[in-house]
Amino acid sequence: MIFIPKSFQNSSSTPEDNRNRRNLGMNLLWLAFTIIGVLLGVILSAKAVDPTMMLHGMVFSIAAVLSAFALIARNYRNINSPGLADVNGSVNYNTEIIKAGVIASTFWGVVGFSVGLLIALQLAFPVLNFDLPWTNFGRLRPLHTSAVIFAFGGNILIMTSFHVVQRTCRARLAGDVAPWFVFWGYQLFIVLAATGYVLGVTQSKEYAEPEWYVDIWLTLVWVVYLLVFLATIWKRQEKHIYVANWFFLAFIVTIAMLHIVNNLSVPVSFTGVKSYSLFAGVQSALTQWWYGHNAVGFFLTAGFLGIMYYFIPKRVNRPVYSYRLSIIHFWSLIFLYIWAGPHHLHYTALPDWAQTLGMTFSIMLWMPSWGGMINGLMTLSGAWDKLRTDPVVRFLVTSVAFYGMSTFEGPLMSIKAVNALSHYTDWTIGHVHSGALGWVAYISFGALYFLTPVVWKRKSLYSDALVNLHFWISTVGILLYITAMWVSGILQGLMWRAYDAFGFLEYSFSETVEAMHPFYAIRAGGGALFLIGALIMVYNLWRTVRGDVRAKEAGSLVPNMEFAGAR
Amino acid sequence: MSDKVEKDEVSGTDTTGHEWDGIKELDTPMPRWWLWTMYGTIIWAIGYWIVMPAWPLISSHTAGFLGYSSRGSLEQELADATAAHAEDRNALVTMELSAVKNNSQLYQFALRGGKSAFAVNCSQCHGSGAQGAPGFPNLNDDDWLWGGDVDAIYETIKYGIRSDHDDTRIGEMPAFLTDEMLTKEQINDAAEYILSLSEKREDMAAVDRGQDVFMENCAACHGDKAKGGRDFGAPNLTDAIWFYGKDKDVILRTISRGRNNVMPAWVDRLDDATIRQLALYVHSLGGGE
Repeated sequence: MIFIPKSFQNSSSTPEDNRNRRNLGMNLLWLAFTIIGVLLGVILSAKAVDPTMMLHGMVFSIAAVLSAFALIARNYRNINSPGLADVNGSVNYNTEIIKAGVIASTFWGVVGFSVGLLIALQLAFPVLNFDLPWTNFGRLRPLHTSAVIFAFGGNILIMTSFHVVQRTCRARLAGDVAPWFVFWGYQLFIVLAATGYVLGVTQSKEYAEPEWYVDIWLTLVWVVYLLVFLATIWKRQEKHIYVANWFFLAFIVTIAMLHIVNNLSVPVSFTGVKSYSLFAGVQSALTQWWYGHNAVGFFLTAGFLGIMYYFIPKRVNRPVYSYRLSIIHFWSLIFLYIWAGPHHLHYTALPDWAQTLGMTFSIMLWMPSWGGMINGLMTLSGAWDKLRTDPVVRFLVTSVAFYGMSTFEGPLMSIKAVNALSHYTDWTIGHVHSGALGWVAYISFGALYFLTPVVWKRKSLYSDALVNLHFWISTVGILLYITAMWVSGILQGLMWRAYDAFGFLEYSFSETVEAMHPFYAIRAGGGALFLIGALIMVYNLWRTVRGDVRAKEAGSLVPNMEFAGAR
Repeated sequence: MSDKVEKDEVSGTDTTGHEWDGIKELDTPMPRWWLWTMYGTIIWAIGYWIVMPAWPLISSHTAGFLGYSSRGSLEQELADATAAHAEDRNALVTMELSAVKNNSQLYQFALRGGKSAFAVNCSQCHGSGAQGAPGFPNLNDDDWLWGGDVDAIYETIKYGIRSDHDDTRIGEMPAFLTDEMLTKEQINDAAEYILSLSEKREDMAAVDRGQDVFMENCAACHGDKAKGGRDFGAPNLTDAIWFYGKDKDVILRTISRGRNNVMPAWVDRLDDATIRQLALYVHSLGGGE
């Protein structure tokens, strides 16, 4: 008789044993990866042809060493833990990863808003560039955009998608180490990208500035993110897949595709930071804006619509307005969005036919975008009173209103005749920020205020009055920001094309720059208010995590609906 | 999971029967206005594709019935603008520059055109008010290196100074130290002498020695009295206007290593009418001779 170790005999082992054994195997595999990571980092660092690669090699090895220790410690800690199985029939959701996401996204949000304020001030008062290479506008601008979009927005998306997919599938997040790899791997991506910018490493593609090696790392993290998400959907205990998960999935898959194609490049050396893009000239521009526009469409729109579809019905406790609308606007949105990129290249070397397609698809995108707004706002029918009583609802609803405004303004600006005025002006910056501050950040704030009491199992937030204060301060900030940029942008556009009675250009470029100054100062003021609002949120969330309740508001706070059922 | 369709009390609409984490969905039909507006944008887009260049084919693209192209429309706009100015521009290039002033309408045209061309082409170095910067002369004053009448200005703009054009104005400030023509001490003395022409100096011995150095090495271009020479673009060294700055360090650097800044030749970049407009505009700024 062939000897079979007892633990390998299925008949005598419980599912619990099987699961723990598999986890041990998986953990050893992860451990092997970290050792490879250490070696890779050391080699890159030792053979580096430039100082930044040497630094990044070291950062990478240190991260890998820390991961190895964390894995070993985790394995010992888990020996006596109940494992990942469901407890008493209810799903043992992974809330630790959500907590980490709340902390990371709040942290990166404050970093991103602060750098944004600094560069806004630099535009108004150039002396703040400090005449140092590391602090000039050219390096800090991508630091700001990446910090708010990828560090803040990305962490919000990963965190909320992990929460929503678990809850709406009634299944624990798939994988044991994998979600943590996604979380920490993503933070490592942010650190490598951000330090690279400050040290002058960029491939000069807007919103895709990180160089080839950071891109490869992000690809790896993103694929694991996709697998974790898909595997969770795979083991769901609900028959249907909830609409929020369609949006999250569209976001994850499309971003992977955009990221890989736009970043195709040939490194000069495998131990150096510099690479050359596979595309050149107008092909490069078109690929870049196919990427850039769909980063807006799938990262900042589809992904955040996923957030909206969970947190609004959940918070106002009303059914989603229209299932049919959600299907049609989802499919039309993702089909049309992917064509709209060329509207960033109106009146350039891009062929006319491509400009036409970019413009017409942007116009057709108007209603599909508004489908999300209708579903968000109309879900409140029967619960509009909550706008008065629950300041978190105020954030969520205002975000949808800003979403509606931005997705009208976008198609408007894509019309060539309008674009002739708006292109290259501050109007574009204003448009982006009404979407970024009003829509993306507000829905994120709503989700953070919702999730913090839920995952830390608190009865309520520390204070609703502070949420209200945050809301009003930042709303005034946003309005100052976007109105200043509208006026400035249209003024700028009109000055550029102003002719005198003889048909000569009226203004020099430097005169138009001078005319922007007061609006740049107002914009910085708006940004400062927005940052102050975010700091109020940080304080409020921190007190909530500590379990405090503001004495004045005790008894009148909006309760955490999930607390009664807290396990 | 519940697959039971319920009626929502608030709206009177049925739910779909799905439920996730307490979230249900209503089976509300799509709003008609929304649907019809979407159809409207699609029909508009199809119409736009028919009249404008739109869909790529194998080696070309659909051209559209309007025959529009952005290249063609730009060419048309430029041609229209040129045609609108044609008469004035012709008059400008056939007339003596000094006579333009007598034709008030044409002079106004030239000044406006010059101002606009200056803002686009010249303000980067000379400043938007033509006030200049170290190494780039102020064009508002009456201190002219190569001549301040309108024809001299015209020639400077047209062919440039030390430019790559064959007819460029040329003058060289040699590098007396680098090329070992003078010692450091001699250069110091020359600088003392030069400064003594416009301000009081302490070291009169150095000034005296410097005068000899100046006469032997500098006077050929700058003149015996250091009043400058327009044949070589040599600045007047006795006034309070300094090309690179009035500090002794700057003067020492100028003598030691030379100065040979370039004013580009605009003849190959701008048409004659525009260069004439620029000459008249610069001449009008206050220091014109």
